[in-house]
Amino acid sequence: MTDDAPPELTPLDPAFITTSRIATALGLLPFVVGAGVLEFAKLLPPGTFLVPVLLAYAFVAYTVPARKYRHWGYDMGTDRLRVVRGYMFYSDTIVPFGRIQHIDVDQGPIDRRYGLAKLTVHTAGNHNSTVTLPGLAHADALAMRETIRAAIRQDML
Amino acid sequence: MNQSTHDPIDGTGQDGARLHISGLFVGFVSGLPQLLIPVFAAVFGVRKSDNPALIPLIIAAVLILSLFFRWLIWLRFRYHVGADDIRVEKGILNRTARSIPYERIQDVSIEQKPLARMMGLSEVKFETGGGDGDDATLRFVTLEEANRLRELIRARKAGVAVAQDVAPMVEAEDAETIFAMDGQRVFILGLYSFSLIIFAVLGGLAQQFDFLLPFDYWDLKRWAGLAVESGVSVNTLNGVGILGQLILAFGAFSSLIFIGLASGVVRTYLREHGFRLTQTSKGFRRQRGLLTLTDVVMPTHRVQAAVVQTGPIRKRRGWHSLKFVSLAQDSKEESNYVAAPLATLDEVWRIAAAAGIDAPDGDERLRNGAALHWIIQLLLLVPPLLVAMAALMLFADTPFATTLLLLLLLVLAALLLWCDWRRYRFGLDDQQLYLRRGWWQQQFTLAPQLKVQSIEIAQGPFARRFGLASLRFGIAGGTLEMVALPLSTARAIRTVVMEKVADVDYSAINQSR
Repeated sequence: MTDDAPPELTPLDPAFITTSRIATALGLLPFVVGAGVLEFAKLLPPGTFLVPVLLAYAFVAYTVPARKYRHWGYDMGTDRLRVVRGYMFYSDTIVPFGRIQHIDVDQGPIDRRYGLAKLTVHTAGNHNSTVTLPGLAHADALAMRETIRAAIRQDML
Repeated sequence: MNQSTHDPIDGTGQDGARLHISGLFVGFVSGLPQLLIPVFAAVFGVRKSDNPALIPLIIAAVLILSLFFRWLIWLRFRYHVGADDIRVEKGILNRTARSIPYERIQDVSIEQKPLARMMGLSEVKFETGGGDGDDATLRFVTLEEANRLRELIRARKAGVAVAQDVAPMVEAEDAETIFAMDGQRVFILGLYSFSLIIFAVLGGLAQQFDFLLPFDYWDLKRWAGLAVESGVSVNTLNGVGILGQLILAFGAFSSLIFIGLASGVVRTYLREHGFRLTQTSKGFRRQRGLLTLTDVVMPTHRVQAAVVQTGPIRKRRGWHSLKFVSLAQDSKEESNYVAAPLATLDEVWRIAAAAGIDAPDGDERLRNGAALHWIIQLLLLVPPLLVAMAALMLFADTPFATTLLLLLLLVLAALLLWCDWRRYRFGLDDQQLYLRRGWWQQQFTLAPQLKVQSIEIAQGPFARRFGLASLRFGIAGGTLEMVALPLSTARAIRTVVMEKVADVDYSAINQSR
């Protein structure tokens, strides 16, 4: 393994940028509305609220998802799943298939629109026991689930 | 309604089965109490509208709405018994498809509550011991279907030997006591359990029942008045001289100590009296207690890690305590199983060995953390301190020299961090992981590598800059985090441990020991 972002990682589906833009944009909408209301109340010179809030909004909802996408990656090994994410707070997790208890494939409304899904694997215990991988093409998520399930099955035989 | 097979998020192409439709009714009736509040709220809302006819209408609307949502949920819920797993698909907008491999199903429980029973229905639960409390529940299917599922799963698992966690209430005949505490040792433990909690309890009681007290107990003058009435006043106190005051203060102090020790001893006696740990074929069995006797059995294979603890004073006398980190499954309130509250190291390692955890073979395997990690933590304290100094100078007109006193905090922090660094050790050998932490409460964790569930390498923004990383091992019932490792070391350790872990299936290790 090299020191910086190992090349063998598989990137997420590019549509993840779009879905996470939409999700962030919707989630942060109340702040924009709030700023608009404050602006409307004319407490301070025009633009004091709306301009910085809109700039921050554009940054968080447009630029950040693309950056986030670049730092996500995963690797399906023969006997383990590796999930890498984050730049500032970098995290690189490996879960051996042999420790996975059950597997979820989730699809929210936005995800479904873009044919994406989120894969969550659960290990035993309560702490740190789920590893989540969003932004997978739905078919990929299903295929990964089958692979993991088959691996669990084989371990037992 | 057969058209509702749209967007199956499961790619299997099979529809799976629906729950029994009568379950809707059972769920609806048993959910009625929860509807009371919305109904009351609604009724309360229209109360003023002078139209009493509205009230039954509202109630009907709430009921119908609830039934409608239950129906929607029912409509979108499917389970599918596959060749090697059970699949459950659910969710109205957020669709979840969960796959539970047969190998992971520990048990299938069938429950019949009275109402469901009248309808011939039952609730089926697949238990896996996974992260989420409810792994998968089918609420409700017919009793035949429930039995069929159970038989099916038992049959599927038949090829696999299953360690059933049998009810531990059986009196074990092959019990062998591996650790016990006599009265003297309980007493010593009591002394170490010094606590002033009694004052907190009294204070709490006083606050709770202060309306019963004839005076306000926070009223200092009142207490002073009480003292004067019994012939003590500030003047008499001044009159006894400096030595007398010292003696009085000493008396007050030592009575405080005495009360602390006594309450520690009493509490310890109540809990630990007759402590006995035995090993049976089923696992560890612990009996203790003076008034409330407790008797807890933990299967040996549930032990995920051992934690040996000691304090600065008890360490001098060679006393340690031993806890097992276990799969927090059946004992929700106590995920750590106290195997020995006060024991010598020899005893500790003997008990640990019984759980399959070996004593470390010398400190040479343990390594220091990179001091940089602690230096970064110290440096992170500097900016807030500077801000505080500036704020004091600007807003409180404090002279610069005085604000420099704040830097003493930095010295204190440096001292604490240094102590922490000095005690910290991590290491591993062929079988286990070791982690030692804490300079006051000293903690030594040992975990078999096979019990590791997941491994994460984490880096914060500063650690990343300096090439440091933390290594977090997920263990059922806890985590073990090694900090301050060079990234390359972290990667190397992970590779080594992962090789060992990935080879063996979790179900297999849970059954073998």
